[in-house]
Amino acid sequence: MTSADWPLWEVFVRSRRGLSHTHAGSLHAPDAEMALRNARDLYTRRSEGVSIWVVPSAGITASSPDEKDPFFEPAADKPYRHPTFYDIPEGVRHL
Amino acid sequence: MTGAPVSTVPLSAALALGDDALVLSHRLGEWAGHAPVLEEEVALANIALDLLGQARTLLSLAGDEDELAYLREERAFRNVQLVEQPNGDFAHTIARQLYFATYQELLYGQLAAGDGPFAPLAAKAVKEVSYHRDHAEHWTLRLGDGTEESHRRMRAGLDDLWRFTGELFEPVDGLDVDWTALRDGWLTLVTKTVDQATLALPTGPQLGAWTAGAGRQGIHTEPFGRMIAEMQHLHRSHPGATW
Repeated sequence: MTSADWPLWEVFVRSRRGLSHTHAGSLHAPDAEMALRNARDLYTRRSEGVSIWVVPSAGITASSPDEKDPFFEPAADKPYRHPTFYDIPEGVRHL
Repeated sequence: MTGAPVSTVPLSAALALGDDALVLSHRLGEWAGHAPVLEEEVALANIALDLLGQARTLLSLAGDEDELAYLREERAFRNVQLVEQPNGDFAHTIARQLYFATYQELLYGQLAAGDGPFAPLAAKAVKEVSYHRDHAEHWTLRLGDGTEESHRRMRAGLDDLWRFTGELFEPVDGLDVDWTALRDGWLTLVTKTVDQATLALPTGPQLGAWTAGAGRQGIHTEPFGRMIAEMQHLHRSHPGATW
């Protein structure tokens, strides 16, 4: 058996000071328990983390590169969606 | 004996524990470039590095770590014969890991709970070893309760190495350990895993006239000579080389 026969897992690691899990990479493993252990060995051996999630890559629905433009481009010319677009009127406190 | 100075460390015990760690570390290191999958190669290398760290600390208590590792002859090594056994297939390596890591975790646990000279080292190492045991248990379950082929191989590994397990519980001079409790605890844990993996623990004797086990006296099996030749040749060919 080679790792090609094993499903792919995405690894998320929460670092010591981090508030949320961030994507660290992916790996092959026969099941979730082994995926956790492999993740421990591959992604936290320099004490990068205090918590690990593994998710089957097949369980992730991703936006496709073909849809990039309709998905993301309309947001590019709408600076008013950023809070920095607005001037803060003088006299407003506690903002 | 809390905070005992180095001079009170029993040398034979430091050598016994240090050589166990060094030799098993080298054997596991032999998987580099040969493991069945990349992820497992990293896992085995991590375990090997943990053991190498333990070996360095322990051998430094007994003398110069490099001299002890690279310049001793075969008969001067005090490791148990179990750890010097060749890797065999992956299941064979896992069987060796299951037998040894379970033993080492219980042994370090006892040493850490005491106040002997090895307590600080054992307290640190027991966490590493606990992971090694966990790793071996998970693989034993998967191979034993896997396919017909993996079951057969796991079983063969457990059977082949069984006769080397009796030596683990031979008392070592200078270690304040309850060896009977150690053996009972070991048997309980190993039996539980093996049962769960739908395998059966071998039934042959662990220790007796025809079983193995004189590594602590410096008697080693044939493959050990070839192993230390490979381990030592660079240092012996280029004494004092650095990079």
